[in-house]
Amino acid sequence: MNKGLKFTGVLSEEELKKCPGYPSEERFKKGPVAVIECIQEIPCNPCEVACPFGAIKVGDPIINLPVLDEEKCKGCGLCISSCPGLAIFTVDMLYSKTKAVVSFPFEYLPLPKVGNEIEAVNREGKIVTTGRVLKIKNPSKNDRTPVISIAIPKEWAREVRSITIPQEEKEERIIERS
Amino acid sequence: MESVEVAVIGAGPAGLSASIEVAKAGAEVVLIDENNKPGGQLFKQIHKFFGSRAHMAGIRGIDIATQLLEECEKFGVKTLLDTVAFGLFEKNKIGLVNNDKSFFLQAKKIVLATGASENVLNFPGWTLPGVMGAGALQTIMNVNRVLPGKRILMIGSGNVGLIVSYQALQAGAEVIAIVEAAPQIGGYGVHAAKIRRAGVPILVSHTVQQVFGSDCVERAVIIRLDEKWKPILGSEKKLKVDVVCLNVGLTPLTELAWMVGCKFVYIPALGGHIPIHNWNMESSKKDLYIAGDLTGVEEASTALEEGRLAGLAIAESLGYLKGEKIFKRKAEVRKRLAALRSGPFGETKRKLKESFMQGDEWKENE
Repeated sequence: MNKGLKFTGVLSEEELKKCPGYPSEERFKKGPVAVIECIQEIPCNPCEVACPFGAIKVGDPIINLPVLDEEKCKGCGLCISSCPGLAIFTVDMLYSKTKAVVSFPFEYLPLPKVGNEIEAVNREGKIVTTGRVLKIKNPSKNDRTPVISIAIPKEWAREVRSITIPQEEKEERIIERS
Repeated sequence: MESVEVAVIGAGPAGLSASIEVAKAGAEVVLIDENNKPGGQLFKQIHKFFGSRAHMAGIRGIDIATQLLEECEKFGVKTLLDTVAFGLFEKNKIGLVNNDKSFFLQAKKIVLATGASENVLNFPGWTLPGVMGAGALQTIMNVNRVLPGKRILMIGSGNVGLIVSYQALQAGAEVIAIVEAAPQIGGYGVHAAKIRRAGVPILVSHTVQQVFGSDCVERAVIIRLDEKWKPILGSEKKLKVDVVCLNVGLTPLTELAWMVGCKFVYIPALGGHIPIHNWNMESSKKDLYIAGDLTGVEEASTALEEGRLAGLAIAESLGYLKGEKIFKRKAEVRKRLAALRSGPFGETKRKLKESFMQGDEWKENE
């Protein structure tokens, strides 16, 4: 089967490596950093203006992919809610000896509560580990895009990008041969 | 018969921005819409728009609509709601019906911004209640605030299909799968990615084979397609769903343009028959301008800019805006349109539109 965003909706490792908004290995090791998972040239630039440190560059024309300046980025996460595509995250590999913090946009209700144990999911929506909610930021500037920060085991920080969405009693997904 | 300087038919993004530009320049405008509220599809667009930060990108469609309505109010745009334009006749006469009464309105200049309607797909069971357009589901959920089902199958992975799937999840439904007949996802990767994070499978090279249920949708059968888009027998899967949503393209609403005798081109990738127009959004008929999805199906953001362009061109032709000023304003809008139509998604449509666009004077003067 074909891999990659166009075929599956999930970024392949290769695509991430080539993505100019995706931090280097060395930068991840230095602490909080923005992870901009944007690889298609669509006319869009709100992230550029959102960064108070000038660490995101789109420029002209606005179909340019956002380029992350790893030195300037402080991993503050102000860019997360600005992305209409919900494609920006932050990762802090230095949170503790064993845990990393992943922050992501989350537009589903009800929101979890700080301290809640949650199921963390990867880019395919698969539950890969559990974690704890550290922070939920939802100031008016976010325009109803809350940003959730969760602590998870470090080894999953490159994969975890969200949590399971709250659902009422859900039936088993039935897929059967007719 | 009443007469006005400018009549705009359709109060979606294109019609609103055209009205605003004309009214701002000082002309009298009447904006006509068959719905009871202006805004077109904008009020159901609860997501943030792409585009340039300088021009409403990152703002939710519903908030853009509110902003536009405020501007209409501020500049004195008159609105005729619950009013259907049933015909367009010689001498710029528009036939209208409101509350079972018909009447005519004459205008010096007319803007058609009638938008587009959803295509359907036929398969056994397609008439069962529960089979609906993606746009219909979006209206039912986001405007009428009713969730018509809990288990949704989305047919088509264009941006509308992806966005509506996301909004169905936000509304508390489950999206069982998105199937796409093409071998790759049609819409933006970022929209697809957020649906995947929510655990929804996107199955490319798949389509719906049939839907069944006793008096509403109960099950759907999907099937895999080979590289020639032929169903692969034996690959059928049965899904328990209660809504089957169709996102299989849009067709421009061209009736009025046909009626009045506009010249057309046929471009399937823009939605089918498109009235020919130039860079002032003028159709082949004198005094008739067009904007938005009617001119080729694109995005709300491009519709907004096209409407602006039509409005400016009309203000110019009526003598409200002149010289350097109007030239600059139009050039700005055209530049933004060009930016919105760049990149792998916009480029194709830009080329298709340019294939018939005439009066390309902005390019010569750049």
